[in-house]
Order: sequence, then C-alpha cells, then structure tokens
Amino acid sequence: MLNISHISKTFNPGTVNEKRVFTDLSLHLDPGDFVTIIGSNGAGKSTLFNAIAGDFIPDSGSIEVNGRDVTFTPSYQRAKHIGRLFQDPMRGTAPHMTIEENLAMAAGSGGWFSHMSRSDRERFREKLSQLNMGLEDRMRQPVGLLSGGQRQALSLLMSTMNPPWLLLLDEHTAALDPATAEKVLELTQKVVAEGKITTLMVTHNMRQALDLGNRTLMMDNGGIVLDVKGEQRGKMTVNDLLTQFKVGAGKNLDNDRLLLSE
Amino acid sequence: MSAILSITSLRTALEVGAIYSLVAIALFISFSILNIADLSTDGCYTLGFAVGASMTLAGHPFLALPAAMAAGACSGFVSAFLQTRLGVESILAGIIVNTGLYTVNLAVMGWSANLSIFGSESILTIAKGLSGAAWWQKWHELVVLGLILMAAALVVALFFRTRLGLSIRATGDNPDMVRSSSINPAFTITVGLCLANSLTGLAGCLIGMLNKSCDINLGTGMVTIALASLIIGEGIMGRRSVPLRILGVIMGACFYRLVIAVAINTSVVPTECFKLISALIVAVACATPQGKKVLSLQLRKLTLRKKGGA
Repeated sequence: MLNISHISKTFNPGTVNEKRVFTDLSLHLDPGDFVTIIGSNGAGKSTLFNAIAGDFIPDSGSIEVNGRDVTFTPSYQRAKHIGRLFQDPMRGTAPHMTIEENLAMAAGSGGWFSHMSRSDRERFREKLSQLNMGLEDRMRQPVGLLSGGQRQALSLLMSTMNPPWLLLLDEHTAALDPATAEKVLELTQKVVAEGKITTLMVTHNMRQALDLGNRTLMMDNGGIVLDVKGEQRGKMTVNDLLTQFKVGAGKNLDNDRLLLSE
Repeated sequence: MSAILSITSLRTALEVGAIYSLVAIALFISFSILNIADLSTDGCYTLGFAVGASMTLAGHPFLALPAAMAAGACSGFVSAFLQTRLGVESILAGIIVNTGLYTVNLAVMGWSANLSIFGSESILTIAKGLSGAAWWQKWHELVVLGLILMAAALVVALFFRTRLGLSIRATGDNPDMVRSSSINPAFTITVGLCLANSLTGLAGCLIGMLNKSCDINLGTGMVTIALASLIIGEGIMGRRSVPLRILGVIMGACFYRLVIAVAINTSVVPTECFKLISALIVAVACATPQGKKVLSLQLRKLTLRKKGGA
C-alpha cells in the first residue's frame, strides 16, 4: 500500500542550519497494515509523515501509495487518499465554521457550486451520532466551541469520511486527557477496522505501541532501527522493546515524553 | 438654524453609502473571510471607474458594469497570483498592484488625469428616463444603486453557502484543513480575491456614473474608508452568519456616510478633513481591544496601589 524507497532529505543544505533528516530510508506497508511507530526525540517520526503527506519533496528516492508514484504530487492532491491527524486538535478543523460546514468540506461531494442538501445533513448527523458525544445535536454550532477531544474526534471523522488509502496518526491522542484519549483511540480502532484502512500511528506509549496494530517500528536519527511483527511482536514486553532498541540504535531510547508503564 | 440633515443630503449619503457598501463587502471578503490585507483596493476602485466610464463614453452603458467587474477581477487575479504562486507577502502584493494600477488607470483613461461622462447615456440616465414623475426624478439613482447593491449582496451571501464558498471561508480559518480536504488554498484565495475586487471595480464604475466626472485620484484612501465601514459593520453584527455580517457591513457603510453627511451639513468638520477622520475611526476601532486591556490593567494597578497606601 505504501512503498517508500531510498528517500534522502537534507534541510537547509550548505548553511549552518544544515540538517540531514533521512539517508536512504525505505519502508514498505501491506494493505491493511496497522503500524505503530515509537522513537527518540527528533528521530524523524513526524518528518516521515510530512514526507508521506507531501509537505516537502525528498532530495532523492520515491514514494508510492497504492501503486501510484506520488513523489512529486502536491500535498493537497495526496490528501484525497491520505488522511492525517495531528497532535494539536486545532489543526484538523476550521474553528469559525459550524460542525456541519466542516463536515461538508471533508465530504467534498458535489460540484463547486453545490449546496449542502438535506440528505448530506442526515448523513452527517448519523456519522456524528456514532461518536456518542452528542455532537449530532450541535451541528450548527461553530467548531471552536468544542473541547479538544471533541475536535479530535470530529477531525477523525472528517479524515476518514471518504475512507483514505492511508491514515497517518501523529500522536493524535497525546494532547487529550486520559479518558478522552481512550475514547478517541477506541473510535480510531473502530474506524480503521471498519474501513480496513492502512494506518501508521506515532505514539509515545510503549504499551500502546505493542498492543495496537500488527507491526511496530522504532525510529532513531532518521532511520528505522527496529521493525517487529507477527509472533515475535506478540511475545514482546516493553522491556524487550527497550533492549532491542539499544541493540538497533546503539544507545538508550531517549524520549522525555515516553510512557514506559506496562 | 438649518436641520442636521436635509432630505437631499440624506439621499446623497445613502447613494454613496450604497456604493461604498460594495467596497466594504469586498474588504469583508478579503479582510474578514480570507484574512488577507488586500491593499490594492484604491487602485482597483479607480480602475473600475476608468473602465466603466470608458465603456459608457463608447456607448455601452450596460456593458460598462460587467466590464468594470471583469477589470477588477483581473486586478484581483494579479495580486492573488503574486501572493499564492510567487510567494510575495500579501500586503506587499497589494501595494505593488496598487502602484502598477496607477499607470494602467491613466492608460485606460486615455492618458488624461480625469474623465467626464456628462451627456453620455449611462444606466442612471436611462433609469431616469423611465418615468417623468417628480419623485422618480429625485430618487431613481438611489433605487438603481440600491437594487444593484441588493443583488450583489444576495449573490455573495448565496455564494458563501456553496462548496466553493465554504472552501474560501475555511481558507481564512485554517488553510491546513482546506489542504486536507484536497483543495488547493492557492485556488480558493485566487477566487476570493477576484470576487472581492470585481465588487470594488463595480463600485468604482457606479461612483463614476453618479458623479459623472472623476479623476485619477478617485480611489485614494478608499481602503481606509471601506475598512472603517467594515469595522463599524462587524461591530454591529459581531460573529454571526455570513448573510447577517454582510448586512452589518452595508449598515456600517451607510452609517459612516451618514455621519460624514451630518458633519458636512453642520459644518462641524471641514470637507478637507474627511480622510483624517476616517483614518482616526479605523485607528480607534482597531486599537479598542488593546486599549481596553491596557486600561483595565492600569485601573487594577491603581486600585491596588490605593489599597496599599491606605
């Protein structure tokens, strides 16, 4: 589904701020994969997502999504097939527009001059009621009035309304309180399972990294230092993961937000 | 002592207010909706007049309106192109276009600094000829301008309910979200600025028909006047639905003109001072939120100091 082959990228080449983020990075994802990513500070997790989403174009190498070469495709065109959620719940929605207007934007159906129809509203209402947050009765309220968790749940709904080929979750529950985070995560699993969406999820929760999905990657210094799946992954504990990381990266995992608890 | 406002001054104020409303709606689109300070308004307004007057002189009174709008849209396209495709800072793009338009406007006006359409047939003279009734002879201009304004406001209000309109609103609110909806913000900014400037062009064309003669400096300060109307209008309506906000902007523009008319009539403020007055209105309105903060902080400090002293 996703095929990143040999990408390299250096930001600000030839200046004092030169930063080499990727050197010959490759990654292959099968359709339906749910991959969790964990890594040290500045390992390049978000930058990897930026590369996949098209925020920058790698200096060399190529990126394929569902068999299509998207290396030079602008980000807004990739967004048709790549859904994305950020840590900041504010990034996915337009605060001064109503819930239904936000959903209409995400649905993207109809021509440029089409209006929101009654059947559109019915569809949005039904989708919103699945969130169990009572948002279906607040469809004409501006999104800015919602809490962070509600906004993130809405963002999730919006980015999966037309099921994408690939879903990128960049610590999308990290800014939420534990109860809300759990709820959003539950929703995420449900949506991903229903749509059989290939998913990449960055997390700083080691337990979550092993429990969710079918494959775990650990990143360090712009490279993938550990890639476990299947039986080997099923038997792993958080401690195994840390040990393995040290073997792969040659140093201890250094992430000041990491949750190590079992 | 004369009345504060004679009927004639009131009528003129509303006529000009209707035209200024169009410019204020244009700024509502660029400034409030798209969150872009488009400073090409002055030049674009004059461009609308130049194109409209030239078309009227050439004997196309009806075609003058769409031509002026198209000219305005072109000007909007150029400033949008500069900022979305060439990475020019939006304020700078507006200033560049504004400066360039001065020469363009002179060229459209046949390299003369003023243009008069006295004696030519315009939509206003055609409307005047529809009826000989005394009231119509006096009020036809306001009726025609009011109808054009209503039509424009209605089209804009309906437009912002379409998918394209929603996308333009979202662009000013959260461009990231627009991009993730597979829409290119560069496109929505371009459409928005073309629409806004076509209204500015239309307004310039109409003021030419109303005044029958204008010069190259017609637009000077227009952006500030329209901003004043916009700020008054947003103050009246606050953050409500788009149609209500457009209504607020129209009320703001008319209110502004009425204040000016009263000022002229009562000779409180000499005519030469209007630009300064409108600049002051904008400055005060823009500074009000910050001023309130500073004031309340100072008041708190003062009361604390008093308590401490006692």
